[in-house]
Amino acid sequence: MGYPHPSHPRETPILSRYFGDAEARTLAGWQARGGYEVLREALATDPQQLQGIVKDSGLRGRGGAGFPTGMKWSFMKPDGKVHYLCCNADESEPGTFKDREIMRWTPHALVEGVALAAHAIYAETAYIYIRGEFTEPYARVSRAVEEAYAAGFLGANAMGSGRRVDVHVHRGAGAYICGEETALMNSLEGRRGNPRIKPPFPAVAGLFGKPTTINNVETLTTVPHIIRHGAEWYKQYGRPDNPRSVGTKLFSVCGNVSRPGLYEVALGFPFREFLYDLCGGAPSGREIKAVIPGGSSVPILTREEAEGAVMDYEGFVAAGTMLGSGGVIVFDDRQDMVRQIARLTRFYAHESCAQCTQCREGTAWITRIMERIRDGEGTAEDLDTLVSISENMSGKTICVLSDSCATPVLSGLRKFRHEFEARIAPSRSTVAVPGALRAPAA
Amino acid sequence: MSHGPSASGGALVAAPAHGAHDVPHEPVFVGAQRAELDRILSRYPTKQAALLPALWMLQDARGWVSEGGMAEVAEMLGLTPAYVKGVVTFYTMYHQHPVGRHFVQVCTTTPCNVCGAEEVVQAMLKATGCPDLGLTSPDGRFTVIEVECLGACGFATPIMVNNDFIESVTPESVARLVAELP
Ligand SMILES: Cc1cc2nc3c(=O)[nH]c(=O)nc-3n(C[C@H](O)[C@H](O)[C@H](O)COP(=O)(O)O)c2cc1C
Ligand code: SF4
Ligand code: FES
Repeated sequence: MGYPHPSHPRETPILSRYFGDAEARTLAGWQARGGYEVLREALATDPQQLQGIVKDSGLRGRGGAGFPTGMKWSFMKPDGKVHYLCCNADESEPGTFKDREIMRWTPHALVEGVALAAHAIYAETAYIYIRGEFTEPYARVSRAVEEAYAAGFLGANAMGSGRRVDVHVHRGAGAYICGEETALMNSLEGRRGNPRIKPPFPAVAGLFGKPTTINNVETLTTVPHIIRHGAEWYKQYGRPDNPRSVGTKLFSVCGNVSRPGLYEVALGFPFREFLYDLCGGAPSGREIKAVIPGGSSVPILTREEAEGAVMDYEGFVAAGTMLGSGGVIVFDDRQDMVRQIARLTRFYAHESCAQCTQCREGTAWITRIMERIRDGEGTAEDLDTLVSISENMSGKTICVLSDSCATPVLSGLRKFRHEFEARIAPSRSTVAVPGALRAPAA
Repeated sequence: MSHGPSASGGALVAAPAHGAHDVPHEPVFVGAQRAELDRILSRYPTKQAALLPALWMLQDARGWVSEGGMAEVAEMLGLTPAYVKGVVTFYTMYHQHPVGRHFVQVCTTTPCNVCGAEEVVQAMLKATGCPDLGLTSPDGRFTVIEVECLGACGFATPIMVNNDFIESVTPESVARLVAELP
């Protein structure tokens, strides 16, 4: 089907197949579509074997970092310790809204994936941590969990397997940083959501100090398909010449684009065709100026760079950016890049948990300087200061939020430097910058 | 974390209304609510892990998280009130002051911003009669704030009214939307 518009013929709808199909939301509807069959089989399968299939499939984490899922799971051994699975449903990276639609339309697909993964990593308990603002996804997933318990699919003897699988839904309370895996664990434990220093890594000491695996919603929803159809089936999706990026990926498209929404394509898809044929390009009469292809934390591409990019982990790296979360943000030729980059740095300044000096001070100073340039009060020296602060806040902190704030500034300065320079006296009035003369809205 | 001003210089948290802070706290965790909390506690190996859910229950019952409420939550979970306050202040969604009957959050982060979210904010302030961001309208019906990405960027501009999402809001659709709220 597809949501909010029918799937394009060039899409490969595996996860999104039932988006927009309200019947798929119920347990009966999900079972009528083949749901929970693979969980029943998996619960009777040795976890090592499940880990092996996922490893062979080449699946990589869909939360942003792209870590191989099978390898992550292989850190979890039958050591007799209590293990936990965390499902990361904090989805707060600007531009990203794919997990939301998985949870809204196919909540049982997630519950099934979570239960399967819990078994595969020798855990009896899984927590799905959903951002506080996602009230509808929270209600839908909670309902699905209740239905699954009532049917005996979860609990002390899940699907009659003799194994215990408990799944609990936990609601966040507003903090982007809780999407960082160790911050999420702190938050779940009833603490402030500060990321932890690693090591120890979660596989050694994670939630409640126990070995823990954390995966994104999309990652976990993909797993049952792989177990059902096999690693070879999954690997058919992707560029034949790039075995490191396989499978399908959900891309959430937003900003100045004709058909915003969700698209699921096989990795290796040409970005030009994606932007124009699937998403319809910029709204009529306008042109694309820039694209951020993987959520706000990855480098900005110019239109030309975007048009030449290939949509997989390596393809986006070759284009100078990253696949990230798959949140595609499109800017048209009316947009003022200085203004929008300043808005992004403000986001990071607001979301910094403030425990690292470089991040707390860096995000605040960058925002102050960016806004001063936006308002026509910057100096030429400010551009150098921006670079120096950005470099000083990258690679030096507990988590990468700090780096993420520097990214749009550095890539923006490199690719749209003329827009920054045009804001700085005296050339300001002679160079036309879209939006530059518009008064701030507030 | 909310340690900075918002994009357009307004407040991201609601400002206090006079008087409400002096009203004594009526216990929330009695009867059915107490049973619900016990059910939640059974999901975690520590009592502390029930802190966010307990604070949600408190806010759902009272509309905001008062000092008295935090003290009650602390007692239920074996924590100190200072610890609970430390956690409450980390998260943006717990109201530390009473807010209007309709708490309106408008996303203005970049993806929505390029689609005109700031104009939606202005239209919202005008339609609700709120003097500024974070302030409650004189009739007590509305409080409007700007928020960061609501995770619905393809449906610009999304707003939240209390617990409900409204997608694809435009400056033109604001007036009717506000008029339809009780
Ligand atoms: C600041 C920050 C925010 C993050 N937010 C999210 C998020 O909202 N959802 C998510 O799945 N991963 C997020 N991540 C990545 C997680 O730390 C982690 O890598 C991921 O959940 C692992 O799951 P995966 O291997 O299935 O991708 C974030 C990371 C950082 C540094
Ligand atoms: S980098 Fe920023 S968000 Fe991450 S831990 Fe340090 S202060 Fe917190
Ligand atoms: S930027 Fe507005 S919902 Fe994501």
